Amino acid sequence: MSDAWTAVLIVGAGTVVLKSVGPVGVADRRLPARVDQLLELIAPAILAALVVTETFASGRSLVLDARLAGVAAGIVAVLFRAPLWAVVVAGAAATALVRLVS
Amino acid sequence: MRRGARVAAPLFPAAFALGASFGVLARTAHFGALAAVIMSATTFAGSAQVASVSVLGAGGGVAAAVAAALLLNARYAPIGITIASSFRGSLVRRIAQAQLVVDESWALAGGGTPRFDRRALLGVGSLLWVGWVGGTAVGALLGQAIGDPSAFGLDGAFAALFVALLAAQLTERRRTVAAALGALIAVALIPFTPPGIPIVAATAAVLIGWRRA
Repeated sequence: MSDAWTAVLIVGAGTVVLKSVGPVGVADRRLPARVDQLLELIAPAILAALVVTETFASGRSLVLDARLAGVAAGIVAVLFRAPLWAVVVAGAAATALVRLVS
Repeated sequence: MRRGARVAAPLFPAAFALGASFGVLARTAHFGALAAVIMSATTFAGSAQVASVSVLGAGGGVAAAVAAALLLNARYAPIGITIASSFRGSLVRRIAQAQLVVDESWALAGGGTPRFDRRALLGVGSLLWVGWVGGTAVGALLGQAIGDPSAFGLDGAFAALFVALLAAQLTERRRTVAAALGALIAVALIPFTPPGIPIVAATAAVLIGWRRA
């Protein structure tokens, strides 16, 4: 089997397992209220980490590039309560524009 | 589910474009079009797929390619736990529905909040899956003829999207504190750990809620 197909099969199977951990392994089990309250903080923590990695990470380096303009435009759009599509378009446009002129 | 699909409609072009970008990249890394499409259909996680294909394309081994992808997808374990109690039905049904969990479907459906809506998750996830797999097919078949879609600012679009998804989560002070701490953990770890680890490690920020919980 080629390397490509080996990667497709193992990554696919591994991801199915990772995505199933919660819905299969934890479902039906009542978690203590205290744990539930902690779990509620996972979403903001992970989304903040995703913003950081999508903006500044390039492999293992922290870089400042055109994506920063996209995030800035996104923040402005969010502050103006723009709909989601407008946030995405603003992010793409600002990033592309900075890339074009730099 | 229909409501979820409507919420996600604006993201469909972005998912399609990113899928096309992955398809093009996969072909340059010597993936066949079928392998690229099957990977998008089964793995359904952009950054992990891009990482593993990039590793192979750069001459890295299969083990490194697989490790890079699975580290990036490790966050789906804690993400799945936040919505675990909403899943019903047989084992097969739960496993199938869990595959529609991606960052965007989870966050748009209110994942990790008391108002999480599983049907919205399935609606958003289904629509994004169609865009992602369809985009991959187009990119893999047309290849370099369509150029590199990331030149259009697609990466910045996703960064902005996560800003919007995060903003919707900042409803009370302790959630804002958790977000700030998660961001700090990620920034601190990016230079020292393989991609993916900073995101998983950011979940440690929930421990600030321990004392007050």
